[in-house]
Amino acid sequence: MKVLVAVKRVVDFNVKIRVKSDGTGVETGNVKMSMNPFDEIALEEGVRMREAGTADELIAVSMGPQACQETIRTALAMGADRGILVETDVELEPLAVAKLLKAITEKENPDLVILGKQAIDDDCNQTGQMLAALLGWGQGTFASSLEFGDAKVTVTREIDGGLETVALTLPALVTTDLRLNEPRYASLPNIMKAKKKPIDTMTPEDLGVDATPRLKILKVDEPQGREVGIMVETVAELVDKLRNEAKVI
Amino acid sequence: MGVLVIAEHDNTSLSPATLNTVTAATALGEVTILVASANCRPAAEAAAAVDGVARVLLADDSSLEHGLAENLAPLIQGLGGEYGHVLAAATTFGKNLLPRVAALLDVQQISEITAIESEDTFVRPIYAGNAMATVQSADSVKVITVRTTAFEAAQVNDEDGGSADIEEIGGGGDSGLSSFVGHELTKSERPELTSAGIVISGGRGMQSGENFKMLEDIADKLGAAVGASRAAVDAGFVPNDYQVGQTGKVVAPNLYIAVGISGAIQHLAGMKDSKVIVAINKDEEAPIFQIADYGLAQDLFEALPELSSELDKRD
Repeated sequence: MKVLVAVKRVVDFNVKIRVKSDGTGVETGNVKMSMNPFDEIALEEGVRMREAGTADELIAVSMGPQACQETIRTALAMGADRGILVETDVELEPLAVAKLLKAITEKENPDLVILGKQAIDDDCNQTGQMLAALLGWGQGTFASSLEFGDAKVTVTREIDGGLETVALTLPALVTTDLRLNEPRYASLPNIMKAKKKPIDTMTPEDLGVDATPRLKILKVDEPQGREVGIMVETVAELVDKLRNEAKVI
Repeated sequence: MGVLVIAEHDNTSLSPATLNTVTAATALGEVTILVASANCRPAAEAAAAVDGVARVLLADDSSLEHGLAENLAPLIQGLGGEYGHVLAAATTFGKNLLPRVAALLDVQQISEITAIESEDTFVRPIYAGNAMATVQSADSVKVITVRTTAFEAAQVNDEDGGSADIEEIGGGGDSGLSSFVGHELTKSERPELTSAGIVISGGRGMQSGENFKMLEDIADKLGAAVGASRAAVDAGFVPNDYQVGQTGKVVAPNLYIAVGISGAIQHLAGMKDSKVIVAINKDEEAPIFQIADYGLAQDLFEALPELSSELDKRD
């Protein structure tokens, strides 16, 4: 089958972000950028399907400024066959991304689309569900395992109470949770090989999608800080503080 | 225009998260609550008794039994046009369902709001809560998930029963896109993690699932829920539903005790709004101490048995 994976370029998860002093957003200049960790898991799943012979082609899509090409190159080095970049300087919201992915899905006709469940920058957790809605497909969100059967995929989902299993008719959409797999690092030879793999570039206009944001960001603030606490020396002192000072036990 | 709240329930009662969502909804207009599933009238009656709920819509259909988003979303899409806002709790149920509704309505959803500034302006955390964005929506219907720890639970009128009208609506129907196969739910006598007054969580420092018994022992003495960091879940010590953090559960209890947790940004995102935070970790440089009200730099394998016996010495 053909598998399509979307990969987002985000501020690296190890970076301690700084809010811009003018309150318009978060500092992203001169900050290390990486592939969204949940998208790495999505890509790894696609690569494993490719290696197992379940998939015969794996396409990696990214969207945003030209620099997103680097994220696609990482995906190609991890094992994707080719890339698609939707280039735009517009700040893309999940609904716009879902519409763009729908247009690409209709051109490429994959049997399975795998997305990360959430991007660690905007923390929206929307795009996969939106894309499934727009395509009229079934959705297996927050997946911790996938099993393929006759024209369907069985998805185990991480839910608040434990695990839930659903069966989806293919084509279908899956979003990844943390326990689905552990992504690999790209090897140097594969990074070299990835330079020769093709990347198609297009714009939202080419795909006939209006990507104008719907939400207006009025301001971005620092969260309220916590007061500095104290160190206690013994367990007895801790219990005494909790009983008599904080009065929480 | 009114507000439509999508209830999360077990056919007989509403989830605590839904009560928090109702409180958020009452700030926006008259509240209608949708109770959908199969054989769920008791849950609709429970919803009618919640303060602030003006009307209950009951959709009782076998296709809605397992809350599959593929079957529920078109039903809500059909209702959505009559309301100014559609709200659900930011639980795995709400997170799975609401973006599907938003896309069908051609609306950009606003996820996990923590405050309401006006009927079109909301505050939500981004970057694991390291920044707070104030956003304004121009969409005709606002589709919103609510961070439950940011809003009090609505009161339930036990005595006079339901005051709101219950209206049965049709709808449902199987999309044929997905089917429920089964579930494996963690059974626990302890309080639910996201609504517990006290939470005690373990991290990689616990070293094994077996050692979580030490936390369970203390949890039982305190009436607490047990949670975990991502590292402990990834290591297989405890199931996924224990995870507290940016992409797991967000908790804000009166007391949060972090044991053997270093304090990665993504864990802090899930618990830093707790009223009192205690950290026990043998590494005194661990970042968790920077947000703790009370820190104890001690080996947890010494501290936990001591804590357990100290709690027995009740005055």
